[in-house]
Amino acid sequence: MAKALHTHPQAREGDDNSIGSLVDAHGLLTPEAERDAAVSDDQLRELYRMMVICRRLDQEGLNLQRQGELGLWGPYVGHEAAQVGAALAMESTDWIFPYYRDFAMAVCRGIDPGNILTIFRGLTHGAWNPYEYRFAPFIIPVGTQVPHAVGFAVGCKFDHEQTAVLVGFGEGATSTGDWHEAMNFAGVFQAPVVFLCENNQWAISVPVEEQIAGRIVDRAAGYGFPGVRVDGTDVLTVYAVVRAAAQHARQGHGPVLVESVAYRLQAHTTSDDPTRYRTDADLDPWKGSDKDPIERCAERLRQRNAYDDTFAVAVAQEAEERASAMRQTLVAARPPHPESVFDLVFANPPASLMRERDEFTSSLEQGGAE
Amino acid sequence: MRTITYRDALREAIAEEMRRNDRVYIMGEDIAGYGGTYAVTKGLFEEFGEKRVKDTPLAEEIIIGTAIGSAIGGLRPIAELMTMNFSLLASDLIINSAAKFRYMFGGQPSIPMVIRMPGGGGAQRGAQHSQMLESMFAHIPGLKLVMPATPYDAKGMLKSAIRDEDPILFVEHELLYSVKGEVPDEGEEYTVPLNRGIVRREGKDVTLVTFSRMMHICLQAAEELAKEGIEAEVIDLRSIRPIDLDLVLESLRKTNRVVVAEEGWKYYGTGQGIAALIYEHGFDWLDAPIGHVTGKDVPMPYSKSLEQLALPARNDVIAAVKAIVPQPAGAR
Ligand SMILES: Cc1ncc(C[n+]2csc(CCOP(=O)(O)OP(=O)(O)O)c2C)c(N)n1
Ligand SMILES: [Mg+2]
Repeated sequence: MAKALHTHPQAREGDDNSIGSLVDAHGLLTPEAERDAAVSDDQLRELYRMMVICRRLDQEGLNLQRQGELGLWGPYVGHEAAQVGAALAMESTDWIFPYYRDFAMAVCRGIDPGNILTIFRGLTHGAWNPYEYRFAPFIIPVGTQVPHAVGFAVGCKFDHEQTAVLVGFGEGATSTGDWHEAMNFAGVFQAPVVFLCENNQWAISVPVEEQIAGRIVDRAAGYGFPGVRVDGTDVLTVYAVVRAAAQHARQGHGPVLVESVAYRLQAHTTSDDPTRYRTDADLDPWKGSDKDPIERCAERLRQRNAYDDTFAVAVAQEAEERASAMRQTLVAARPPHPESVFDLVFANPPASLMRERDEFTSSLEQGGAE
Repeated sequence: MRTITYRDALREAIAEEMRRNDRVYIMGEDIAGYGGTYAVTKGLFEEFGEKRVKDTPLAEEIIIGTAIGSAIGGLRPIAELMTMNFSLLASDLIINSAAKFRYMFGGQPSIPMVIRMPGGGGAQRGAQHSQMLESMFAHIPGLKLVMPATPYDAKGMLKSAIRDEDPILFVEHELLYSVKGEVPDEGEEYTVPLNRGIVRREGKDVTLVTFSRMMHICLQAAEELAKEGIEAEVIDLRSIRPIDLDLVLESLRKTNRVVVAEEGWKYYGTGQGIAALIYEHGFDWLDAPIGHVTGKDVPMPYSKSLEQLALPARNDVIAAVKAIVPQPAGAR
């Protein structure tokens, strides 16, 4: 009897992969797909512009950390195409659930980079209102944002919203139970989620070969939805594929896994010393202009006659200005007031907490705190 | 005796036990070539090879699951979790499997497993990375949980833990790794039991019951108090479960006053458990209510200044002592 109530179509075959056919064997947009995507010159220039700005901000973040202005910095150089391409592919009504390295996504969403940096200076846990930007907080316990994103997407479907949810994570996160459970749930509930794996081939010191047997993209088939592996250094491909995946999700066809393959060119974070586990030679294949997201985008623009020095100089100039504005906002940020230690624990704080706070306040007035 | 760091003491314990018993192996994230996030396992990979020093995929649940399974099969795993905060991902396996299998399955099997992990705050790691979660696990029958505060105990207790037949949670503290202390020379065999506290400082006026990093803060507080004529006895519990209650009660009979000091939160935690035991078994000896020093009742703030305020400090211990100890004559 119960069975008859199930109106779901039977488990879909993972090989319904029209999105997968957007790319060739190298993970690059096919000429036909490129034509169909019809990304305008202006759109491609916007992708270029945001990548240049974000790379400059990344460099500034690293500088600030080295100058002692930030406690920690997690460089994302090498990830620009994945983060900018994916973030700009989403509609402003869509949601993004990022992981800690997705700084460029936050910038693309319009969040002030100087404010974001107050997190890395250790002034606050959260520097923006997620509802304002439809951009969830950066998540550090690896993989735990993936169930959040799936749950959010299930909620969107519940409310019949035409919303897609993008969730970012590294390849290391795909080892976690959370990730697999979320993938399965998304498949079963046809949740409108785009899973974006930023495969940079390292999880701190662990190389991807020791992290995963088989290919990440192939996991999607096991959960009954399409997976596509893209060249994560080509922003046009990432943009077109994620946009198609989000459209697929919004139209009620369920989730898509996009594996974006690039390379972590810098340390895991500034607390890490990568010379302990990899050599300069390991990086060589990823250092050429053919692997540089910005150079590749410039090349595509040149082929379209949509790139000239005036444009490039103006973008570089803007990047400089944004970097210095970011620095200024950061250094002007003030530490929080001592009493704020009790804030935000509850919507309606219990009396016990208020009592602790009052005792603390009076101890401050008596100069009691060390 | 020589002076070495807590970190080096742990490494020596692991290496010595691995040499002593080839069933012992260690696994965790970034522990092999990288040597561990806190450099505890540095050099072990070189000595013991990848069969016994294993880097794992990034998955706490299966790290603990694998430890349990291989322990059932007769190995003696040491699982390193990058921090105690990530033990939450594996908490079902720890609580529902490791703690219960012997009991549920007729005294079989043994799970001789050690889970090593640092807990605690003070290094500005934010709310999700700074927690002292020992009380959560110490609540569970079937688990033992120890929190050594000195290099001597770190080494001696880890060796005992590796030899023990039951699952042990071995909780380190991020800010203790570089702390130095005296440890017997290499080759000089010793172990420290997993069920005994120790008196770190003798005193007659009040007993400070504490553990882990907070023990060092209590010792500093005791020195300050001594200048004002108050002699505090400092008890380092070392083991949270089982707890050496006899040692605490013995001290109480001398001082008649107790302050429990811990880094974690106040409500329903380790310190309240200890206080309840003292009330239950030592009520007649108490001349004042038990004092309790804890971290503030909030998730750990990220900001450095707020984090310092949220953590219990020396002055908090001093204030708690003065609240229950009569001011000595002559003191202002
Ligand atoms: C549950 C959990 N375990 C361990 C860590 C420590 N840790 C932080 S980042 C990281 C590696 C993540 O690698 P990956 O998912 O590939 O992302 P990437 O940093 O390469 O972008 C680890 C092990 C953590 N933050 N959370
Ligand atoms: Mg990675």
